[in-house]
Amino acid sequence: MASRARPLSLIAPALAALLLALVLAPLAAVGWRGAGMSLGPADWAAVRFSVTQALLSAAISTLLAIPVARALARRRFPGRSLLVTLMGAPFLLPAVVAVLGLLAVFGRSGLLNQALVAMGLPPISIYGLHGVVLAHVFLNLPLATRMILHGWLSIPSERIRLAQSLGFGPSETFRHLEWPMLREVLPGVALVILVICLTSFAVVLTLGGGPAATTIELAIYQAVRFEFDLGRAAGLAGVQLAVGVIAVLAAWTLTRPAGFGAGLDRGLPLSAPTGWRRWGDGMALTTSALFLALPLAAVLWRGLPGLTDLPASVLPAAARSVAVALASALLATTAALTLALAAARHGSPLMEGAATLPLATSGLVLGTGLFLLIQPFAPPMSLALPVTILVNTALSLPYLYRILLPEARALQADYGRLADSLALHGWSRLRWLVLPRLARPLGFGAGIAAALSMGDLGVIALFAGERQATLPLVVSQLTGAYRMEAAASAALILVTLSFVLFWACDAGGRRAAA
Amino acid sequence: MLQLDRLTLRQAAFRLTADWSARPGSRIAVMGPSGAGKSTLLAAIAGFLAPAAGRILWQGSDLSDVPPGARPVTILFQDQNLFPHLTVAQNLGLGLRPDLRLTPADHARIDEALARIGLAGLGPRRPAQLSGGQASRAALARALLRARPILLLDEPFAALGPALRGEMLDLVRTVADETGALVLMVTHDPRDALALGGDTAFVANGVVQAPVETRALLSDPPEDLQDYLGRT
Repeated sequence: MASRARPLSLIAPALAALLLALVLAPLAAVGWRGAGMSLGPADWAAVRFSVTQALLSAAISTLLAIPVARALARRRFPGRSLLVTLMGAPFLLPAVVAVLGLLAVFGRSGLLNQALVAMGLPPISIYGLHGVVLAHVFLNLPLATRMILHGWLSIPSERIRLAQSLGFGPSETFRHLEWPMLREVLPGVALVILVICLTSFAVVLTLGGGPAATTIELAIYQAVRFEFDLGRAAGLAGVQLAVGVIAVLAAWTLTRPAGFGAGLDRGLPLSAPTGWRRWGDGMALTTSALFLALPLAAVLWRGLPGLTDLPASVLPAAARSVAVALASALLATTAALTLALAAARHGSPLMEGAATLPLATSGLVLGTGLFLLIQPFAPPMSLALPVTILVNTALSLPYLYRILLPEARALQADYGRLADSLALHGWSRLRWLVLPRLARPLGFGAGIAAALSMGDLGVIALFAGERQATLPLVVSQLTGAYRMEAAASAALILVTLSFVLFWACDAGGRRAAA
Repeated sequence: MLQLDRLTLRQAAFRLTADWSARPGSRIAVMGPSGAGKSTLLAAIAGFLAPAAGRILWQGSDLSDVPPGARPVTILFQDQNLFPHLTVAQNLGLGLRPDLRLTPADHARIDEALARIGLAGLGPRRPAQLSGGQASRAALARALLRARPILLLDEPFAALGPALRGEMLDLVRTVADETGALVLMVTHDPRDALALGGDTAFVANGVVQAPVETRALLSDPPEDLQDYLGRT
């Protein structure tokens, strides 16, 4: 039996090595091709813009999330838990859909400008730095709110009782309970959002552009797609990687687990102050709910009529997207489970590294590397979908690993010895112990991976021709061509499919666990 | 013969030694204060902790490289002896075949073991639907099915009341009689040691002393055991 356990224990390290190779080989290709490239002034402008917009997006999202999270932490009202649940949704919302919704509200002929013009005021433009930041705040405010709310709810109830028995008012509560928590939580929240925004592509593709508002990701895309300058793309990818590594290392040392998925209803609520603070909390909740709901309602409003008359490209693209999403969800979940189980048995820097490294890269960095690797052997376009599956797998792996690792550790602590003593190894262990016990997080994780992959617009933009386009790419192309009604209809299908995939995986996991 | 051959166990700064052997079929209570290393000794015999020095042998062959599931050992932990997502019958089935490809004959044996241990008809239940005493019985029923020559009990009945604990010790004796197993049972209660019958190995000051007949040991306890029991 000892000999039967041995080959299996090699699977995890082999997989980790394979994953590292999947990320490192493209990086090596980028480094080899990009070495000695000197970047021009436009490139450095892109670097500056990337960092500026990410810093602004992170700071504004985090600051705006504080009053919202506080209101959610200390108020109880009908629909509160629904609101908390909905705050989890934008993490899975395809960025192209968010952009489309924001255009409908803040765009050239959007609701806001119609109102401004009606009042005789000059219209505003959503394009440029402030538009990019607006979209990033829209996408990340809910994530920030949930993370900060988690911090609020983790204040021990003993301490809240103590504060109440000492007769603390709102300002003493803030000083002695809330501020120490915020000081610990906020840097991590801001850094997570910074990392996400540094590699944002879909938002910048639509709302940015031009010399004044180009990120590194967008510059890579333009270099590959329009200038066919692979050397320059590689140089830019190298810079993006360096920036990403710095940000991830900083986030790594400062971040606590985000706690998505956990029920955020426990604990003793803080006392809810009355007077103007009550109105303030109400304002924070209403404004943020409107800010998040209006653009999505606008997509729904605009998209519904066109559903009967879709462009011919939409349905085949939807089918390709679902196939890509399912394949990468399956691969990413399998890989993350293998790494998490191995890491839970004996903590290993190899597993940790393989599961974290992709965070420092981006879709376009990996895409550029794979483009360079494939190009000598085959036309990259012919491999667009397999490459997209691989890159999406790598990019969702860190999230899945973080979801599965604590569960795998608990499983090992609770039942590892019992399973070992009963010689429950290999397939039997997977079938009778791991899959039934971890069905819930596995379903949830697979749902996240499927939705992220479904909505991702990154590497596919680099590779795809007409016949490989995924649904996010089609939405983005329709938006770029100002065919807003058709774009909204396609976006509606995209967002529905994303959430159906997430729901199906998540519900499947919960049912299997029951 | 179970031999602890100049065995040294280490966990961080903690060190435990043992150098004695026990015949097949003997019943040994492992007694001592909490933190003395009783569970550490059982973990080493079960294969969860590699010796820092020395060897553990069964019938002359070294167990060092044998993984836990392949050792001639069944162990009952303090808790978590049953998988909560499997039925009682499946939990028992794991003792026969870890892949749960059970034949009708296997199912018959499971039913028989359940009846033998006082759980007839409870096979389809989940562990959450059992009382604490019933869960202990189910774990013992699996030990009966596995019939390994060494049965390690790491205080599996600690959470039960005195009356139930007495019943469980009776059952342990039944299982040991039927399987002919050597029993090593961790306890901190001299009454449990007496109820088990047989010998007691006293653990203190980093040493597992060689087992001595329990009655004789308790009627004339050496000084460190007197300290543990409390002078009267």
